[in-house]
Amino acid sequence: MPKRFVTIWFRYLQTDWFTLRRPTLHGIPFVLASPVHGRLVITAANALAEAQGINIGTVVADARALIPSLEVIDERAGLSPKLLKGLSEWCIRYTPSVSIDPPDGLIFDSSGCAHLWGGEEHYLNGIITRLKSLGYHVRAAMADTIGTAWALSRFGKDGLINGTNQQASALLSLPPAALRLQADTIDLLQKLGLRQIKDFIGMPRSALRRRFGQSFIKKLDQALGHEEEIIHPVQPIEPYQERLPCLEPIVTATGIEIALQRLLNTLCFRLRQEQKGLRAALFTCYRVDGRMEKIDIGTNRPTYNSLHLFKLFEIKIGTIEPALGIELFILEAQKVECVSPVQEKLWEGASGLDNTGLSELLDRLAGKIGADHIHRYIADEHYWPERSVKRASHLEEKSTTEWKADRPRPLQLLSIPEPIEVTAPVPDYPPMLFRHKGKLHKIIKADGPERIEPEWWLQQGQHRDYYCVEDEEGHRYWLFRLGHYDAGRSYQWFMHGFFA
Amino acid sequence: MSATKADIIAQLQKELLPLQGYKPSVGGASLDPGLGAINNAFPNNTFPLGAVHEFCCARAEDVAVTGGFISGILASLMRSGRASLWISRSKTIFPPALKAFGIEPDKIIFINLQKERDILWAMEEALECDGLAAVVGEMQDIGFTASRRLQLAVEQSRVTGFIIRPNPRQVITTACVSRWKITSIPSIMEAGMPGVGFPRWNVELLKVRNGKPGTWQIEWIAGKFRHVIKVASIEQEQQKKTG
Repeated sequence: MPKRFVTIWFRYLQTDWFTLRRPTLHGIPFVLASPVHGRLVITAANALAEAQGINIGTVVADARALIPSLEVIDERAGLSPKLLKGLSEWCIRYTPSVSIDPPDGLIFDSSGCAHLWGGEEHYLNGIITRLKSLGYHVRAAMADTIGTAWALSRFGKDGLINGTNQQASALLSLPPAALRLQADTIDLLQKLGLRQIKDFIGMPRSALRRRFGQSFIKKLDQALGHEEEIIHPVQPIEPYQERLPCLEPIVTATGIEIALQRLLNTLCFRLRQEQKGLRAALFTCYRVDGRMEKIDIGTNRPTYNSLHLFKLFEIKIGTIEPALGIELFILEAQKVECVSPVQEKLWEGASGLDNTGLSELLDRLAGKIGADHIHRYIADEHYWPERSVKRASHLEEKSTTEWKADRPRPLQLLSIPEPIEVTAPVPDYPPMLFRHKGKLHKIIKADGPERIEPEWWLQQGQHRDYYCVEDEEGHRYWLFRLGHYDAGRSYQWFMHGFFA
Repeated sequence: MSATKADIIAQLQKELLPLQGYKPSVGGASLDPGLGAINNAFPNNTFPLGAVHEFCCARAEDVAVTGGFISGILASLMRSGRASLWISRSKTIFPPALKAFGIEPDKIIFINLQKERDILWAMEEALECDGLAAVVGEMQDIGFTASRRLQLAVEQSRVTGFIIRPNPRQVITTACVSRWKITSIPSIMEAGMPGVGFPRWNVELLKVRNGKPGTWQIEWIAGKFRHVIKVASIEQEQQKKTG
């Protein structure tokens, strides 16, 4: 979708507000002034005063010479950011993404919004009419880029709606100040006789950069749409938090459950509306005696299923000590992620690890026994048996390498190889007998050796020669000899696993 | 007259089976673990899915052997793409070995718990989750009440449960549908060939609800079960004909 931006310029923001506050100021020229170095300097002037030649920065005494009846009001510090904040929140009705453009403007990201008001013309006119009816002098313009919209709203004469991809043609006849340049750059351009954007837009970029700096090029590119400009919407981000105060202190588990259920329902309703899912939540109970009781849960996958979340909390409700009673419950979603909407019912859940039932089960298990007791393994690129698998960090993680099944591997692998006593006839032959945990096994059949070297970049040590042996009862074992066979008998035999 | 009476009895028995936990499987023949003649020991001649099976292991080596036999069955259950849970005391199962039984090892979630009570709780929770293919649990002892809880859970969710009981202290009646004992027997190589042969097991079906217990010898070859000694199964068939 092509981006469309609207910029609004409140030309007399502060004086308009004073006029609204004091109707007596209506129809007379007045200015706002603040003391600078012992003189009163005008910081804002209303339309009437400006029409009579009073500009911002003039000393009040000089202004009084022009208009003897000039009303002078003390400026209020921090008024304009406050007003803009209020106006921007009011303007959220036109687009969800409104940002403040200090000192006297607003920027809307109205991509895909205009058609709801019956087209861009109606949309822009609607904004202007509504703001004017509030009592503000406004100028608004709409364009593909913030830069162009800004330029048109401040300096444009006609055609405040700039068509798609027509930034350049709109900008040509505007003065350089329309590009939001720094004051000294504007002065420099003025001195060089570059009074309109068309005078320099065609110049080589390297020359422009050398003379006016990188920020000049950046502003030009942003206006023309060659460079992205990011705005910071004012939309207040509400924390995902629900509160439930109680008339009477709650002391029973049933009471806590009811409170939790109610909070979960409202929170999950909101999450569902916003297509969000909860990953971690904290349930805090404020006790009458000033203490806090907290329980928290985590989920494997973002979810807004209140029933499932309740089950996760239910396991831990028993740990809450209500003492004299709980007067306030707060449920807070600490970690929230976007959820992809799930197809309901038609194909009865995804199979495999994507199944929501499975992730909910794992959440419950992790809640009670701890997530570190739950493992899933993926193959790793190592031959050393202990390193040939690694723990998957999350449910979606896939093996990057194939599982190897070309060599026999025991179904049960001892985490620490157990030393055994062995009688081997010839070097590099499988043993004839071995003793494990006091029991003597006579080897009937054997396979091997399979030599596995430790990876020298990970670990120092001797190689292992693995033998797969079967005793007279049919039990199959995985034995290995650590190191070379030598006369000094420095090698050692170990049992490392049981085959099925 | 007697023929009709036999028909009625057969009919009634058929109606009783679903009430006793033998529901016809949803997946049909595609989920059949390929146990061949062993299937004849069960009612409806099918391996009961959506039920709990109990495996007794007298020795440490038998746990691995039982694990192998279960893995063979799991492979066909997981063909539907669903995941499985393996709940045990310690991290002993080596995932790459499962590949040899036709299982994708990353589709199995391992849970290690120390207390029997926790294992039982986790197993019950897991069996209630219908998104799973099967749940394998390792616990030394299980009482009748506990086993009945598991049975009730699987009747709802149709998940198959396997309980491995290493070195059980006492073997009492449980609500499990069957009780097995798997031991290894020496593999056979062609005369004069060196090396170790295919895994070969002695499968004892000690108890089966509404079925006929028996003993078979099977081998795991190329991703399939294969009966080695036909004599045992022929005996079974004769028994079935006569009795």
